[in-house]
Amino acid sequence: MLELSHIQSGYGRVQVLFDVSLTAKEGEITCIMGRNGAGKTTTLKAIMGMLPLSGGSVALDGVNLSDLPPHDVPKSGIAYVPQGRRLFSELTVAQNLEVGLLHTKDKAATREEVLDLFPRLRERLKQQADTLSGGEQQMLAMGRALCLRPKVLLLDEPTEGLQPSMIDLIRDVVLQMKSRNLAVVLVEQRIDAVLNIADQVVFVENGRSLETTDTGALRENPEKLHHYLGV
Amino acid sequence: MEFGPHLLLASLEGATTAAVLALTAMGLSIVFGVMRVVNVAHGEFYMIGAVLAWFIATSVGAHPALGFVAALLIAPLLVGFLAAGVDRLILRHINYDPERTIVATIGTLYILQQTTLMTFGPDARPVEPPFNSRIALPWFEWGENGFEFYFPWGLSTTSYKLFVIAAAVVILITLWLAITRTKAGLVMRATQQDSDMAQAFGIPVKTVYSVVFGLGAGLAAIGAVLVVPIQQAYYLMGHDPLLLSFIVVIIGGLGSLPGTIIAAILIGMADGIISVFFTPTLAKIFATLVVAMVLVFRPKGLLGKSTS
Repeated sequence: MLELSHIQSGYGRVQVLFDVSLTAKEGEITCIMGRNGAGKTTTLKAIMGMLPLSGGSVALDGVNLSDLPPHDVPKSGIAYVPQGRRLFSELTVAQNLEVGLLHTKDKAATREEVLDLFPRLRERLKQQADTLSGGEQQMLAMGRALCLRPKVLLLDEPTEGLQPSMIDLIRDVVLQMKSRNLAVVLVEQRIDAVLNIADQVVFVENGRSLETTDTGALRENPEKLHHYLGV
Repeated sequence: MEFGPHLLLASLEGATTAAVLALTAMGLSIVFGVMRVVNVAHGEFYMIGAVLAWFIATSVGAHPALGFVAALLIAPLLVGFLAAGVDRLILRHINYDPERTIVATIGTLYILQQTTLMTFGPDARPVEPPFNSRIALPWFEWGENGFEFYFPWGLSTTSYKLFVIAAAVVILITLWLAITRTKAGLVMRATQQDSDMAQAFGIPVKTVYSVVFGLGAGLAAIGAVLVVPIQQAYYLMGHDPLLLSFIVVIIGGLGSLPGTIIAAILIGMADGIISVFFTPTLAKIFATLVVAMVLVFRPKGLLGKSTS
């Protein structure tokens, strides 16, 4: 279980997060929603240690991650699929996966599992990452993250700019991860997608988590979407 | 000597210069490519490599070959550790900020140079080559009886210079294989392309930076150990390699390893040929002109990619 407790963070002297708390449980999809600039991506970066915490704490299964060096955070079981994919563009598909497998024990089996999940990648193993289509790049970004065999998967707008068939595929994979008992933390702008797959939604505004609600309640009371997102 | 044999002689001199320059510039290029650090102290690591080579070779005594082999193995390692120390003590603390690293490495340059002056002294000191037999080179000419070959007077090189060229080629091929075929190379390339994401996959980026900074300096030191039996070790010898390495790296394309090799061959050969036919000063003017033209007409360099 991933637990964020009143975290504060930002970029240099610019504080972006003032008080964000959330709990992501195994086998659940937790969605962070908010307007542009609310601090959704910053929250994911702070979890990964890519931005330093100036207050609060991040804990996984009761172990405080806040004091770990950033490169030890993924080893503790958190994988991150960033917005815009950020693949190692000059490396091949196989090499991108290999980077994901660097700290995984059962490399061959994990690689096969990932390639079974995204068969398209198997056909593109020797292709340079930046020559893939947008959908294939997203598959690779997710596959690379899953190579870590994480307990928690952080996804930042995974369906951004993708065609509908690819969005369905990504949604199916996210649901599979949920069924495999991963805790998924999702930043997503598409409300329909969130209402369909998420278990709980955390609304973030001006760097503060204001409310956590389960999606069932949100479907019954969509007023909150109007209130927090203006839609 | 006629023009043809003279040109061959000049080309061989150029090839030796190119070989050493390729190693030195490759070190600078790797450091910039992976860390985005402009290492102004690179020439001083080269100089320290040469000074250490002298120290090790004279300490070992015995046969010159034994001292040279010891220098070739130990000096680059010591220089690599020294550079890794500079990274940990200085560059890491200024967070690899591009402007501040330039100032910090300028400071490092003077510290290393003046420390060497205070300990090693101002004199140039030679290192005996491990072997140095003179090899006469043949020249071919179309004569009355068809192709004829003969040995023109003065057309010769030394076995050591040929060794320098061969050694540089072997080291560069090994480096290329290490970067493209090994796990360490993969880690380096991932860090080069996106250090934040490399970290998000468990790569200790700061350690990678220390290793890369040490590797870059170690390559310069290898170049220096190879060159010190031809030139001599002295405390100001880092200036020219630094200038030429920057010229090569800019012409080749910042951070592009194949570009660095091509540019080192171009500048090294031109340096050798122009120095033999005209003067070394004219060779430097030529190199500077080439870099100016590249900056005007192809700012990214021969094989460089735009950095965003």
